[in-house]
Amino acid sequence: MADNSPPSDRTATPRTPVGSNVFEYAPAPESRSVVDIRASYGLFVGGEFVDGGGTAFKTINPATEEVLAEVAEADEADVDAAVRAARRAYERVWSRMPGAERAKYLYRIARIIQERSRELAVLESIDNGKPIRESRDVDVPTVAAHFFYYAGWADKLEHAGYGTTPLGVAGQVIPWNFPLLMLAWKIAPALACGNTVVLKPAETTPLTALLFAEICQQADLPPGVVNIVTGAGETGRALVAHPGVDKVAFTGSTDVGRAIAKTVAGTEKKVTLELGGKAANIVFEDAALDQAVEGIVNGIFFNQGHVCCAGSRLLVQESVAEELLARLKRRMSTLRVGDPLDKNTDVGAINSAEQLARIRELAEVGEAEGAGRWSPECELPAHGFWFVPTLFTGVTQAHRIAREEIFGPVLSVLTFRTPAEAVEKANNTPYGLSAGVWTEKGSRILKMANELRAGVVWANTFNKFDPTSPFGGYKESGYGREGGRHGLASYLKGGS
Amino acid sequence: MAARVDVRKTYKLYIGGAFPRSESGHSYAVEDAKGGFVANAALASRKDARDAVVAARAAFKGWAGRTAYNRAQVLYRVAEVMEDRRPQFSLAVQQSEGLNAGRADKVVDTAIDRLVWYAGWADKIAQVTGNANPVAGPFFNLSTPEPTGVVAVLAPQRSSLLGLVTTLAPVVVTGNTVVVVSSYARPLPAVTFAEVLATSDVPGGVVNLLTGSAATVAPWLASHMDVNAIDLVGVAGDAALATDLEVAAAENLKRVRRAPAAEPDWAAEPGLDTMTDFLETKTVWHPIGV
Repeated sequence: MADNSPPSDRTATPRTPVGSNVFEYAPAPESRSVVDIRASYGLFVGGEFVDGGGTAFKTINPATEEVLAEVAEADEADVDAAVRAARRAYERVWSRMPGAERAKYLYRIARIIQERSRELAVLESIDNGKPIRESRDVDVPTVAAHFFYYAGWADKLEHAGYGTTPLGVAGQVIPWNFPLLMLAWKIAPALACGNTVVLKPAETTPLTALLFAEICQQADLPPGVVNIVTGAGETGRALVAHPGVDKVAFTGSTDVGRAIAKTVAGTEKKVTLELGGKAANIVFEDAALDQAVEGIVNGIFFNQGHVCCAGSRLLVQESVAEELLARLKRRMSTLRVGDPLDKNTDVGAINSAEQLARIRELAEVGEAEGAGRWSPECELPAHGFWFVPTLFTGVTQAHRIAREEIFGPVLSVLTFRTPAEAVEKANNTPYGLSAGVWTEKGSRILKMANELRAGVVWANTFNKFDPTSPFGGYKESGYGREGGRHGLASYLKGGS
Repeated sequence: MAARVDVRKTYKLYIGGAFPRSESGHSYAVEDAKGGFVANAALASRKDARDAVVAARAAFKGWAGRTAYNRAQVLYRVAEVMEDRRPQFSLAVQQSEGLNAGRADKVVDTAIDRLVWYAGWADKIAQVTGNANPVAGPFFNLSTPEPTGVVAVLAPQRSSLLGLVTTLAPVVVTGNTVVVVSSYARPLPAVTFAEVLATSDVPGGVVNLLTGSAATVAPWLASHMDVNAIDLVGVAGDAALATDLEVAAAENLKRVRRAPAAEPDWAAEPGLDTMTDFLETKTVWHPIGV
């Protein structure tokens, strides 16, 4: 939803100086009793859970390293069965059903998500490591809203400008950072337009997608309209390359996106790619600094920085850099890192050991290349994957931490003197997903918004998402848009 | 009295507003539809392609920054100048495509009308493809189209003028800058068209024309890291080359307008996708409050 609040609402202006014990709260854990995690999960194909032909894998809680469940791995034959189930459902049921009827299924799904919202939020936090405050207040409400929004398009497509002809079977591959939200971004518009889907969730976060399969059953969604195949890269590759797939939608790294673009070359498959980012968050000297600090914190520490549009490069005007940094450090010292299920937690667990290793490596490179590393004092749990919110000062454009996507709670701080320099530095990246601008001057906002080569520009705000608002990148951040009227173009023949 | 010896034209490349020969010094013989020699056209090289990309990139900010009204007038001006040179273009089309005078006239008229049609889109496309988004919160939220950047266009091989204009105009009118590779066998109408561009207020570098072989030049454009998108219509029918180019284009995630199995009917009215394939949607948020 648009009003996802930054991790700050309770502490808008910290009055007390830095110190890790200032905000000592009693533990306030959300109960796990609302979720019922099974020992093992199959694939969801043709409306039923079936065994997978590959080697089952374990999904763990990244905050504790506890094994949560064993999940089937879909091999090539399983992917083929899922695509065939989707094709059957497409030809016999879904593409023939009047839009008004398709809409009602999507409305049903939206309602069930609302009804089971706490269960979904807790399960998401357990499997992903994100704070319950975010899964409860941002992820799950936005998921329901996304289905509700696209439900209403199903019988109004002729007014959207892309025709009314669906593409067929969509193969969709989603990442681990917003497992259920990315599922919604993929499935809701596809189904509204009359396509059927085979979706592969990320191997470290499959559980909410499998719970979503149960929701499809509860909604009596016709079998085969939604199929969910779990697995890792091999499963994804099989899905993308399957000749029965008419549309590929992928959210994830730019490297994998590149490989997908090569795989589909020479085919008729339509593709949307939502890839990496290295967003500049630009703070001018006239900005409301406390608000900017909240936006910077929300921009880079929301979801542990596992956000493709994270504001990972702070560009601050030289004249206020010192003051802003002092306020930012003070604010960072109040961030609560720890148990994702604790309702007071601001920053949860890093999703996997691999991701933690990647963040550590890049942070070490940052130091080695000469940038100044700073983190607040912070006690971390003994088990699980954790990384303290970190900022680097004295970063130059040549540093790897200013060029590569870290996908973690690490902020690189650069300075600028003139608006032209800010634009130059902001655009000096192969990515172009998002950008932020902080200034009280309206004409400057609009000028910057014009000149920044990015698909989403947040002015005096950051990391806002809404089902009605198109999202997607320029340049190597991918192509196609998800959300809003524009999101329909990716799933209709008349859209480009 | 002795017959007058005619003064023949040298057909050159068009890069950054100037008409250079190929830096390679190479040229190739261009024949008319009956196989007679007409002229030696410049055979564009890799270096020419790279120079053209540099010129297109340099022109991008200024062209994209023009008002839509201004870009509309510039494109309309191209149509005006072309209309003025109707007989010349008709002869060029007759010579290169082997059409009779009546058909060639029709092709030229359609090309001019098409420029007028696209010119009118400059200040309307944002209204048709952009919109305000009613987000669930106190925010102003607006989505608008912006040009993708530097676009490589492989112009059609058969339709030397109408096909060229129909692929080029929609890319340029929205603010992109272009490197276009002409038809190999029928490059001369494209060079004459470049002469029209040079004399009709189109800033240098906005359109850069390479004559020569798509099979030779296009791989350099498809793999060029400062090219943002590519239209493959010029290799229609060559599925293997089209696939290779699409794979090369994936390296920096270029937007690719794929090659159809055969050249389309250029007389048909084009769809909006000719423009939207080379547009990005930008969405801007701002809080609403006092």
